This record gives sequence, structure tokens and C-alpha cells, in this order.
Amino acid sequence: MSVHLSANKKLEFFDLDISLSCPNGKMLVMIGPSGGGKTTIVRMLAGLETPERGLITFNDEVWFDSSRGINLPPRKRRLGYVFQDYTLFPHLNLFENAAFAAVDRKEVDDLFELFGIGHLKDRKPYRVSGGERQRCAICQALARHPQLLLLDEPLSALDVVTRRELREELKKLKERISFPIIYVTHDINEALFLGDEILPVVNGRADGDWIHRAIGGDSSTLSPSRAARAPRLALAY
Amino acid sequence: MDLASFFITLKLAVVTTLVLVVLAAPAAYLLAYARFPGKPLIETLVYLPMALPPTVMGFYLVMLMGPKGLVGRCWLALGGEALLFTFQGIVVAALIYSIPFAIQPMKAAFQKIDRRIIENSYVLGLSARETFFRVVIPNSKSGIVAAAVLVFLHSIGAFGILMMVGGSIPGETRVASIAIYEAVEMMDYRGAALMSMSFIPVSYAFLLLVSRLNKDS
Repeated sequence: MSVHLSANKKLEFFDLDISLSCPNGKMLVMIGPSGGGKTTIVRMLAGLETPERGLITFNDEVWFDSSRGINLPPRKRRLGYVFQDYTLFPHLNLFENAAFAAVDRKEVDDLFELFGIGHLKDRKPYRVSGGERQRCAICQALARHPQLLLLDEPLSALDVVTRRELREELKKLKERISFPIIYVTHDINEALFLGDEILPVVNGRADGDWIHRAIGGDSSTLSPSRAARAPRLALAY
Repeated sequence: MDLASFFITLKLAVVTTLVLVVLAAPAAYLLAYARFPGKPLIETLVYLPMALPPTVMGFYLVMLMGPKGLVGRCWLALGGEALLFTFQGIVVAALIYSIPFAIQPMKAAFQKIDRRIIENSYVLGLSARETFFRVVIPNSKSGIVAAAVLVFLHSIGAFGILMMVGGSIPGETRVASIAIYEAVEMMDYRGAALMSMSFIPVSYAFLLLVSRLNKDS
């Protein structure tokens, strides 16, 4: 039982050509330089982006199949998706945000306790910190009982301390759930700490040597355009 | 001072505002987000009433809404009474006259919404319609109120187009702006002055509201 994707798409700077799968209960971490196609892959899984050719299946369900013209809309894929930036609904307080698509509203309180934001449930998103907003976004995603959780750099906009705390919380969360999680980051520490499997993605393709090259600092093998776009890796902590 | 004409003006402005805001919201949403062939041409057509002289608009409406016009014939066939020189007729005229003022602020408000919160709503299982009501509308309140205020003000100020379509039937189609014109024609300057003056505080207060809303958003 797993999620599987193989997809091709012509992007502005390169052709995306990738294949991945992740079994239930495991976390697959996609890592690589910014602009390498990781977010596009996650958006394809979510149904927000359409591959030119490819197949996306979840367990026995076919979500996308270019050869048969199947493309299940995002709302029918029963996903949890935490975006890079905060995408909470500005007109709702944190509780209503998390309960937006909740299967059972009573569970939201438990989730808020688990993530330590119970005291903030009446606040609007603009009145809480970035870390609290991201915690709420994770609660929102979990409350709808997703069958697949997509986390696209959920910690990248946070300060170092909050980032560490939330990383621990995600690790604990991972042990409690039974569905696959696809996690995107450009932080090697985060990938090693959280991932059951790591998939480096560079210029739209799986590139197994990328971590080795990045840690070794062997810049001669990085193309100039990629080096310019890649952020320095956060290895300091 | 012709109080009945003020009542007609108010009734016309309220009906036009309510109907137009409800009808224009989905259209503005389509113009803000949907991609379809010929979109710029259709959008320009929607804004045309803003650029045409009101009497030109009025002329075409008279042609269309008259008993021999396309709209007039359909309306009669559906069991309606004649449209020209009736209150319904001037409502139709005011609706068309104000379309751009309803569409533009709402479209701008819809476009200001972060695309990602709409995507998040889809991912969370909502359809496009549910997303419109649960996410788009609550986050565009100021644009919708601005549209309503502009349509209201534009409707109370309408003159040429209403004159063409509705004439000046007391208690039916004679609105305050026409009553002022007629008072001046009959050299009743006192009546005209009183009626004119009563417009200023209303228009001023509503404009103030619009600028306040723009600032808040």
C-alpha cells in the first residue's frame, strides 16, 4: 500500500522526469536546491499541476493517468497539504481554520493540545507567530483525516529555535500515523533527521550524488546557474 | 420640492444595488480567474457602459426594450407588461448603466486574494462553488461593499439614460435628477436648490465610506 508517481513535464529551465513511491507510515524526503522541481512534484501529487505524461496512483486508486485521460481533482484526493508559506484563511480564527474541513470538530481541540496552540484558538492568523501559524496549518491538514500528507518546506520561514521544536514535533507525529508523508526541504539536517527515505531532486531528476557533492562542497560539479540558484545549506546547526 | 421623485430615486438605487451586486459577483469572479477565448473582448464589452454617452446607451435600450425590440418582445411573450416608461424599465437601464462599477471593484478584490488560499481550499475538499462562498466572498468584503456603494451612487446620479428609457412620469419614473432638471426648466430655482442640496451629504458620506474601505483593505 503506497503512493506512486511517475511524471514528465516540460518546465521553463529543464524537463521534469521523475518517479517516486512512498509506502504507508513512511516519510519520503525530497531534497535539493531551490528551483529544482520539488514543489512542482508535490503540486502534481496534489492535483494542482498536471504532468504532460505520467501515472499517479494511491493504493488501488488511479489519481492521474495521461494514457487514459484520468485526472482526479485535488478535492477528491483527500490530502493534507502544508504549503511553504502560510495559507491559513485570514477571515477565520485558528480554531475555525483547523476545523475548516475537519471530519470531527472535537478532534481539533486534541490536535491543538498536541501542538501546544490550544490557548490561541480564538486568535486570527495575523495575530500569532509564524511557528504558531504553521502548527495550525498542520492541524488543519490532519483534521480532515488525509490519506496522504504533503509538507512543502513547512519550516523554511521559521527561526532556528522554532524550527528545531517543530522538527521534533513532526518526528513524534510521524510515529503515530499510518499514511505516507512526502516532505520537501533544502535542509540536509532536516532530511536526515526526519526521513525514512531521501530522494535528492536536481533540475527535475533524481540525483543520488547530490547530497555527497553538496556536503563535500565540490562546487566544480555544480553548474553555475544551479549554484547561483541554490541557497547555502544550513549545516551550522 | 418633489418628494415622490426622491422616493423613486431611492427605490431605484436600492433595487439596482441589490440585484447588480448579486449578479455581478460570479461574473467578476470569472473575469478574475477563468481563462477562456475572447476574454479581453468580453471584458471590454462589460466596461463599455462606462465609456458610452448615457444617451447612446439609452437610445439602444429604447430600441431593444420597445414593443418591437428583441428584449421587449421576449418580455411581452413571457407575460410581462411593456418595459418602456415603467419602473421596471428604468431598473433595467440602471442595471446596465452601472455594470462596470459593480464588476471592477469586485474583480480587483477577488484578484487580491492569495491564489494559494484558494488552492488550499480545493485541497481541503471544497468545490469551486463552495470555495467561492466560504473563502472568496468572506475575504473580499471591502471590495463588495465598495461595489455596492459605487453602484448606489451611480444609480442616484443617473439622468440621460433614465430620461430616454423612462421619461418623466411622476410617481413612476421621475427620479430626483430629472425632477431637478424640470424644476430649473420651469424656473423653480428654490425647489431645484433644495433637491440638489440634499444630494451632497449623501454622496459625500458614501464616498468617504469607499475611501475608508480602500484604506482598510
